[in-house]
Amino acid sequence: MSASAQMTAADGAGPAPVRIVVAYGFWIFLLSDIIMFSALFATYAVLRGQTDGGPTGRDLFDLHSAAVETVCLLCSSYTCGLGLLAVERHRINLFYWAFALTFTLGATFLGLEIAEFARMLAAGAGPSRSAFLSAFFSLVGLHGVHITVGLVWIVFITAQLAVRGPREFVLRRLRCFSLFWHALDIIWIALLSLVYLGAQ
Amino acid sequence: MQNSHPRTSGDSAPGDMDETSGSLASYTAGFFFALILTGASFVVARSHLLWAPGLPVGLAVLAIAQMGVHLVFFLHLSSGPDNTNNVLALAFGVLIVALVVSGSLWIMYNLNLNMMPASAVMEMQH
Repeated sequence: MSASAQMTAADGAGPAPVRIVVAYGFWIFLLSDIIMFSALFATYAVLRGQTDGGPTGRDLFDLHSAAVETVCLLCSSYTCGLGLLAVERHRINLFYWAFALTFTLGATFLGLEIAEFARMLAAGAGPSRSAFLSAFFSLVGLHGVHITVGLVWIVFITAQLAVRGPREFVLRRLRCFSLFWHALDIIWIALLSLVYLGAQ
Repeated sequence: MQNSHPRTSGDSAPGDMDETSGSLASYTAGFFFALILTGASFVVARSHLLWAPGLPVGLAVLAIAQMGVHLVFFLHLSSGPDNTNNVLALAFGVLIVALVVSGSLWIMYNLNLNMMPASAVMEMQH
């Protein structure tokens, strides 16, 4: 490629490469997802005191479990990044290990969250008990659904890489997945601070 | 010489890594920053280090700092010229989130203040 052709590309005269367009579009999707979460965050912030004489967050939330969940999610974000680095450096075995770890950590997070929900339901603190609990279950539950979708996505993308090899379109999807997983981590930080730590 | 550079389009995608600066180092640094900030949030919430009425503000500051760490070290957003589109989209998202959350809290707080007390409603029904 000549120097002048590069100049026009750098000036933005031609269309951006697919890699840039796809990641930008996915970034817009993630931001709209965060905006959807913000509505539930606002609902929770408004209703957190409306316990209708029932249990409050202080009675219900187990900070130890929340701490373990946070560490799980943080580590899985890190191993997801390592997996992406590994595949870009053509070290496919390392990628499998990193994504197996990402999946295990994500599944541990989900298991802890389901155990917490089960414990609360058994104690009679289900979503129908009070406005506070309705808001809690919809906010934390939606995050849990996102994590579940992410786990299914990990399985699919790993299978795709195994079958099709590290081609450009597989790498693009991998990058989208890593953006999704990191964004879920960001939402969890907000959730942890407002719901679990804010209740103390 | 310029041909060897992998990125010539003038844009960078969110999550893009800079080959030269060593992205493993960036991920590891971000991971430790995030761990430290999470630990700090738990310590602040559990202990009496902060003046109790200031606790929500302290937690919010730590949470926003950690989100910043995630955006920079994991999502690789930067203030560079090739990142303008991504940062502009993020700024718009943050604006909408701030409007939704602060607007809801403000309106609902006012409504709550202007509500008739439950006892008065009961009297009116008789």
